[in-house]
Amino acid sequence: MREDANPILDLRGVSKEFALQGQRIEALRDANLRVRPGEFVCLIGASGCGKSTLLRIVAGFEIVTRGQALMWGRPITGPGPERGMVFQDYGLFPWLTVRGNIGFGPSARGRPTQEVRETVDRFITLVGLQRFADAYPHQLSGGMKQRVAIARVLANDAEIVLMDEPFGALDAMTRERLQDELLEIWQRTRLTVLFVTHSIEEAIFLGDRIMVMSPGPGRIDSEFIVDLPRPRDVVAADFNDLRRELSLKLHSHHARKAA
Amino acid sequence: MSLTLESASAAPVTAAPPEVAPAPLSSLLYRLRNPLLAVIFPGAVLIVWHLATYGRKYSLIPPPSDVALALWDLAFGGINDDAYSKTLHIHLLASLSRVYGGFAIALCVALPLGLLIGRIALIRRVLDPTLQVLRPIPVTAWLPLAMIMFGLGPRSAFFLVCLGVFYPILINTIFGVRAVDQRLFEAASMLGCQGTAQFFRVVLPASLPAIFTGLRLGLGFAWVVIVVGEMTGVQTGLGAIIMEARQLSRTEIVICGMVVIGIAGFISDRIVLVLGKRLLHWSPSFA
Repeated sequence: MREDANPILDLRGVSKEFALQGQRIEALRDANLRVRPGEFVCLIGASGCGKSTLLRIVAGFEIVTRGQALMWGRPITGPGPERGMVFQDYGLFPWLTVRGNIGFGPSARGRPTQEVRETVDRFITLVGLQRFADAYPHQLSGGMKQRVAIARVLANDAEIVLMDEPFGALDAMTRERLQDELLEIWQRTRLTVLFVTHSIEEAIFLGDRIMVMSPGPGRIDSEFIVDLPRPRDVVAADFNDLRRELSLKLHSHHARKAA
Repeated sequence: MSLTLESASAAPVTAAPPEVAPAPLSSLLYRLRNPLLAVIFPGAVLIVWHLATYGRKYSLIPPPSDVALALWDLAFGGINDDAYSKTLHIHLLASLSRVYGGFAIALCVALPLGLLIGRIALIRRVLDPTLQVLRPIPVTAWLPLAMIMFGLGPRSAFFLVCLGVFYPILINTIFGVRAVDQRLFEAASMLGCQGTAQFFRVVLPASLPAIFTGLRLGLGFAWVVIVVGEMTGVQTGLGAIIMEARQLSRTEIVICGMVVIGIAGFISDRIVLVLGKRLLHWSPSFA
């Protein structure tokens, strides 16, 4: 139904196999996914369902075994600044300040110093870390570190932001605040987001669309459209209906796996 | 016995006051606490040494007061007026130049080599086995060969100090480079920093704490091997006077040399440590 739209991201029959101690492990089988510009897509599933592998293929960290991974119609051959990744463990450079981390991409790509400084200032303000501009990562809380990681990919002109359980290591309060902030940034910038999570509530709260994945071998099982108006009320009846539906879907995977 | 008793009874006395709110006197005590705690043990050793040697005519070890006088004479003269009087600065300078010279040469070789071995698998496969076999050979064992290759004199001394410094720097650099979190390479490459650019933007800064530990250990080793290095027939240097005084049974001069090496090594380590703290204040392990 959205075949006509020009997708920013197009995965066609993507499979990924790893060799592990001489054995072939099928991490992902025949995954198809089209993402339109500006869309917020969540990938959800139990561990081992290949959701992180899928994300890493889009990031260019893994190369597909079969199928095609295309961005703007061109095959993805490696990592690139147009696809920014936010890791669960932050991946900040410990020897750089907040300022240095956010400016890393632009200055590595040879932008003039003055321009880098202005970009950095803009994104530090966007994530509200003005007071911590000169702090080092080890002096920041988890929530602040993740703000830096988000600002870092935005400052680098990422068109699509890939998030691998970015709030998984944070406490509930911080997680909720960052979810709100992320939505606000997403709405303001009209970025495309591909968001991996294992939390049903997080997926429904954030996503336009939720891809449910199932393990053994990892594949995309089904798709849920979330057409609830934003900001979404996590205790509303329709939110709960969707939550129940998704929960049943995910638990059926466990049952099948156990059988 | 008396050592442990004395340090045990003295420690709590100096340690007790600072925990409470700092009045002027106790805040002074608080600042002096660590130096005070640090001198308890050497003080006790001095007392035991003094009691064991002072006034015994045929003691082979001179009492601390004799050593103190000899040290003063070595530094400023005016007491014994012999061949050693007022020569400390010559020997200290000679040893300093060998320690830092040897250290600098070793650094210039070990650091780039360590970076290459850590980063490039082919170089690692070619060089690492050989280096690992050479590593257990002590510096002392190299002495005869060094004297054949470099002759009697300072060049052999440089070589031996170099050798002692080389491995701590090399091993720590390799470790630092190989221990860089894979995630940081992923982060750099998705931000548009790829290939050789990662070397200066990721590998080097990320391995700096480990490299620094190597420098510190290496410099410490340079002071350790300086005596062996100066057994190569050089005329000056702290190691040289220790060996010479030993043959003349001037044990107080031997001890003076030991004390000066200890203090010089300690000071140079402190300087490196302060430098490291300034350079690596981002690292939780140095801050």
